[in-house]
Amino acid sequence: MIHKLWAFFIISGIFYALFTGNVDIVNEEIIKSASSSFSMICEIFPVIALWLGIMNIAKVSGLLEKFSKILSGFLHFIFPEIPKGHEAFGYIASNIVANLFGLGNAATPFGLKAMESLQDLNDHKKEASRSMITFLVLNTSGLTLIPTTIISLRMMYHSIRPTEIVFACIVATFCSTLVGLIVDRILGGKL
Amino acid sequence: MNVSNYILPLIVVFIVGYALQKKVNVYDTFIEGAKESFDMIVSMFPSLLAMIFGVNIFIKSGILKGLLKAMNPFLSFFHIPSDIIPMALIRPISGSSSLALLNHIFEKFTPDSYIGRLASILQGSTDTTFYILTLYFGSVGIKKIKHAMWAGLAADLAGFIASIVLVQLFF
Repeated sequence: MIHKLWAFFIISGIFYALFTGNVDIVNEEIIKSASSSFSMICEIFPVIALWLGIMNIAKVSGLLEKFSKILSGFLHFIFPEIPKGHEAFGYIASNIVANLFGLGNAATPFGLKAMESLQDLNDHKKEASRSMITFLVLNTSGLTLIPTTIISLRMMYHSIRPTEIVFACIVATFCSTLVGLIVDRILGGKL
Repeated sequence: MNVSNYILPLIVVFIVGYALQKKVNVYDTFIEGAKESFDMIVSMFPSLLAMIFGVNIFIKSGILKGLLKAMNPFLSFFHIPSDIIPMALIRPISGSSSLALLNHIFEKFTPDSYIGRLASILQGSTDTTFYILTLYFGSVGIKKIKHAMWAGLAADLAGFIASIVLVQLFF
């Protein structure tokens, strides 16, 4: 699916640019995307290293396991395929909580660790498991309680009440998460 | 006051403090965990490069502007301001581009305008679906993603509709 969309982006983009005289910009973009993805990796590399370090402390001390027990009721309900007490729950729980607090930088390494342990449980290594898809839906729908970036951007543009949108954001992200989970259950044959 | 400024230090001090009390060698454990980042970065880079390459060509080609012109009569029928559409279309594809558009809307209309609030809620309602799908699945080598994209896009559409309804309901 992704490979078709990827090809569509490239082919439709280049053809459109050819017919509308935007070719110079696209030309530049082909070269630039390589270096901009490298600088992006360089930016997140140290942050990921830092969070994986802190995360490992939480894992070794048993805090991660304790923590996933708090959320276990909810997690067992939406991830019925993961065996009880599996370490994937700890990573999933940390990823969800980091997202809730608007700590996107920390959420990514936790999410990647969660994917690793979900891959251990996966029988077909090239195919996405049900739990993986459910986990990704939770992430793509952007469940957040404190939209930090938006609030600081509103402050930057001198909003009178920069936080007035917080409640609406929570309701909106709750709607999108719920719809995502329901569609996942229907298409995955879980309902 | 920014609450999130307190969250980070408190989390760090709590994790380290808890581990100390459990007699964990926190320094060595930290190093050991941080070492794993090399493998993670190496497995992330190809999918990230591919994604940025495809998405940037698509966005910079101006194809969305063309699409927007074709959609205009439909938008005015539903009273949806046309300035929000590029952002709604780009939101699932590129996080940095949609943030740039949010900046642009704040600059042009102020954050407290109808469209400024709508754009804020829209930005907060979902995350960058395409980025997360390529990154997370790419890092563990999943080739067949099944219905993950449809579920993600359905969530994005729900977020967009919810934003339009909520901004009229609350403000």
